[in-house]
Amino acid sequence: MAHPPFDPRHAAHPTGSRPAPILTLKIDGQDVGARSGDTILTVARENDIHIPTLCHLEGLSTLGACRLCLVEVAGANRLLPACVTAVREGMAVTTRSERLQTYRRKLLELFFSERNHVCAVCVSNGHCELQDLADTLGMTHVRYDYLYPPAAIDASHPRFSVDHNRCILCLRCLRACEEIEGAHTWDVMGRGIDCRVITDLNQPWGESESCTGCGKCVQVCPTGALTEKGRAVAEMVKNKEFLPYLRIMRRRTF
Amino acid sequence: MMLDEINEIAQRQREKETGFRHRINVCIAAGCLSSRSDDIVAAFEEEIARRGLEKSCRVKGVGCLGLCAGGPLVAVEPAGILYRGVAADDVGEIVDALPGSPLARLHCPRETPFFQRQQKIVLENCGWIDPTAIEDYIAADGYQAMHTALTRMTPEEVTREVSRSGLRGRGGAGYPTGLKWSTVAKAESATKFVVCNADEGDPGAFMDRSVLESDPHRVIEGMVIAGWAVGASRGFIYLRAEYPLAVKRVKAAIAAAERSGLLGGSLFHTPFGFDIKVRLGAGAFVCGEETALIASIEGRLGRPRPRPPYPAEHGLWGAPTLINNVETFANIPPILRNGSGWFAGIGTEKSKGTKVFALAGRVRNTGLIEVPMGTTLRDIVYAIGGGIREDRTFKAAQTGGPSGGCIPEEHLDLPIDYDSLVEVGSIMGSGGMIIMDETACMVDVAKFFMGFCCAESCGACVPCRVGTTQLHRLLERITAGHGTAGDLARIEDLCDLVQNTSLCGLGQTAPNPVVSTLRYFRDEYEAHIQEGRCPAGACKLGQ
Amino acid sequence: MAPLTASAPGYQTPPSPPDEDPRWKKVIRTMRLNGFSATALIETLHTVQESFGYLEPQALRFVARSLRVPLSRVYAVATFYHVFTLKPPGRHTCVVCLGTACFIGGANTILDGIRDALTIAPGETTADGNVSLLTARCLGACGLAPAAVFDGAVQGNLTLPAVLEKIRGWTEP
Repeated sequence: MAHPPFDPRHAAHPTGSRPAPILTLKIDGQDVGARSGDTILTVARENDIHIPTLCHLEGLSTLGACRLCLVEVAGANRLLPACVTAVREGMAVTTRSERLQTYRRKLLELFFSERNHVCAVCVSNGHCELQDLADTLGMTHVRYDYLYPPAAIDASHPRFSVDHNRCILCLRCLRACEEIEGAHTWDVMGRGIDCRVITDLNQPWGESESCTGCGKCVQVCPTGALTEKGRAVAEMVKNKEFLPYLRIMRRRTF
Repeated sequence: MMLDEINEIAQRQREKETGFRHRINVCIAAGCLSSRSDDIVAAFEEEIARRGLEKSCRVKGVGCLGLCAGGPLVAVEPAGILYRGVAADDVGEIVDALPGSPLARLHCPRETPFFQRQQKIVLENCGWIDPTAIEDYIAADGYQAMHTALTRMTPEEVTREVSRSGLRGRGGAGYPTGLKWSTVAKAESATKFVVCNADEGDPGAFMDRSVLESDPHRVIEGMVIAGWAVGASRGFIYLRAEYPLAVKRVKAAIAAAERSGLLGGSLFHTPFGFDIKVRLGAGAFVCGEETALIASIEGRLGRPRPRPPYPAEHGLWGAPTLINNVETFANIPPILRNGSGWFAGIGTEKSKGTKVFALAGRVRNTGLIEVPMGTTLRDIVYAIGGGIREDRTFKAAQTGGPSGGCIPEEHLDLPIDYDSLVEVGSIMGSGGMIIMDETACMVDVAKFFMGFCCAESCGACVPCRVGTTQLHRLLERITAGHGTAGDLARIEDLCDLVQNTSLCGLGQTAPNPVVSTLRYFRDEYEAHIQEGRCPAGACKLGQ
Repeated sequence: MAPLTASAPGYQTPPSPPDEDPRWKKVIRTMRLNGFSATALIETLHTVQESFGYLEPQALRFVARSLRVPLSRVYAVATFYHVFTLKPPGRHTCVVCLGTACFIGGANTILDGIRDALTIAPGETTADGNVSLLTARCLGACGLAPAAVFDGAVQGNLTLPAVLEKIRGWTEP
């Protein structure tokens, strides 16, 4: 069956005056209603069904890259990311089978093995989305080698600092900077395991020509990679309250 | 351009050709060119001029003659004599032998299985026509299919003909071409695009390179027909920058077609127009993936995005986009010229036509071959390939590149098509076929491919970015003799995770070489881990 | 950390090149042929590399400004694609093919031999700027494996002694 053209950014906000058709589907055995064009994740959250996410953030475009929100859809031969998959009439979605939870734990293990995530000495300890997910999903140990690549800390910016050891490449900073602030200071250089977020021409953040110093990237960062200066261990609490307003504004203007 | 003009060009060119008593064709595709075959062309020209034979004898550079192992190759027509390993110094002797029997020292008989067992559709012009002369292509019935399609068939009829032929995408997955065309044709949009995927990134594959270097107009013709069928008026060829000769020939071919009115506005005086631009890749294997390829043409990072939406609905700049690879487009003109029934009569039940393979590795006759689908692996290795070098034994054939697998000896009699290869744990892929003998260590081969995927991973999703790195480390540990008892279970577990959770095809298929070698050569892994030895003697264990 | 300025140039008046070097003309021509569109980024970087041999920061800045692409995106594209290099190449280059056929044919032995002879890793240039050692995923010369490119010319059926001989010819005065 052919799918309609689909732009994930507009997924939750169909345009035009005609009300979107209402669909019914099942998530974890529960009957739910949805607007055509909604993603599985949106519908699940509206119905208090929790699907773990890491790269997804309401108000930013979707990437479907962290793979934690993979769900089973009856009849589909692959697992599908809930954040970008549009709902269909009669769909039957499973969000927390044993298989999915196991995969999610293993994906978290890969995240933890990639760089240096020692919570005990991290300014975001206790306020970290990666840490929270490990806790809720019951990831207790990492069976893979810790890769510990040499990664630097850039504290050249007067108010913020970036610690690449804690970065999980969710690219929320990049999207917040491009889509909300419009500065596009951040991007990601290299590829594969060598990927790293950069500012401008890979120059120190403090010397960036495009950074406006708004700090949105810091607030959307799920871990202790981007932080405000002057915070001690466990003191960095992120403030994402500006995002829902932006979402509402974007919806209105569409 | 009108049909009679084309026929006139063809007629004139054929007369010109038959006017020569001897026609000397020198292979100037990349393989032979690397052994300075352009010097051989110059030497022949000089020799012929010196002897005053310009009227009866002509020399031209042609595309790939197939037997790359024997390069530089020279064919003398119409006698049908092939010479191998020719050097510029041999030119005088070859010219001496023109009227009589072939020069025995360099003669390469054409009555061997290497030539006899092949069936050429895609490569029909390779080695015959001058890739830099559009007249040569026209003389070989070129652009006839395009004329028929544009002036006598509706787009629906063209698509139906392609569907009936049973042609499947030659890029790897084998998706039915007709179905793809009709999806794009049905998409409602004023703007649509046709993209030729010529980013042949599989290591060990050079089919597309050879077609583009030897017969570029065939791909152009296929693309214009596709544009007519799906309602697109603009095309892009996304071509590897690592193939400078192919880039040069394709650009020259596009310019020649434009000059002849075979590209551009109102083709054959119909309202339909089509133009083609070349976009260069820049060394990223992941750009063979459709959504990454689109991003790259748009000038962005070649990072795949989740599908759906598929490019057929939402592709280049959001417009419906048809993406086929070089060999797929190259099959279109002969299908329209000879009819879908003819094409569907070749091959197996579910895989029609022929397949071009880049035969390489430890066989005697390495080179470019084209065989009907359903040809057995044994035929390819022993009849066409001439057996294993140095009389060693066959160990495995690797097909499908980094997404494929290794096929062991027990499956030598397997008739090769899309579905049979999947059954034995490999894939058709784009057509790379590397033959290995007993000196190849299968753990090392698996590590080689994992290293490839690891370096080519775009880094967007964690299973591919970190999972392939972890897999590569585990394999490295085993080949270095530091493997432990739990490693195989850990590897299998990671393979399953990467296959099932990666974002795009590159990640989802990256573990395939490991899975297939574990399936057939598990004992080799165990010998490395438990006994600390490499049965093939390839790893540096215990040294 | 300068604030955003509204001085982005219009399509008609692209910024002037960093200096008088005539090679910028070719770069500007590529951009003009593509209407100074951001989609021409990769094409333009190809032209810069063809003209200058590598991508230097002032070239990246010029391209970014002309095509109105953020600096970080230009840097991202320049480092994502392996064809692009940010370092000037040596006077001679040797590209060893690591495709499957070459791997089976012993390309690793050849690469190790060159590495030992030049004491540089793949991707590096000798300290005197004489030779750059590079690797390629596949040259498409699989019928001639193992193969390499020496100063732009493909050579096949290589053996380690022959390769070392070739390199010695470059390094010895």
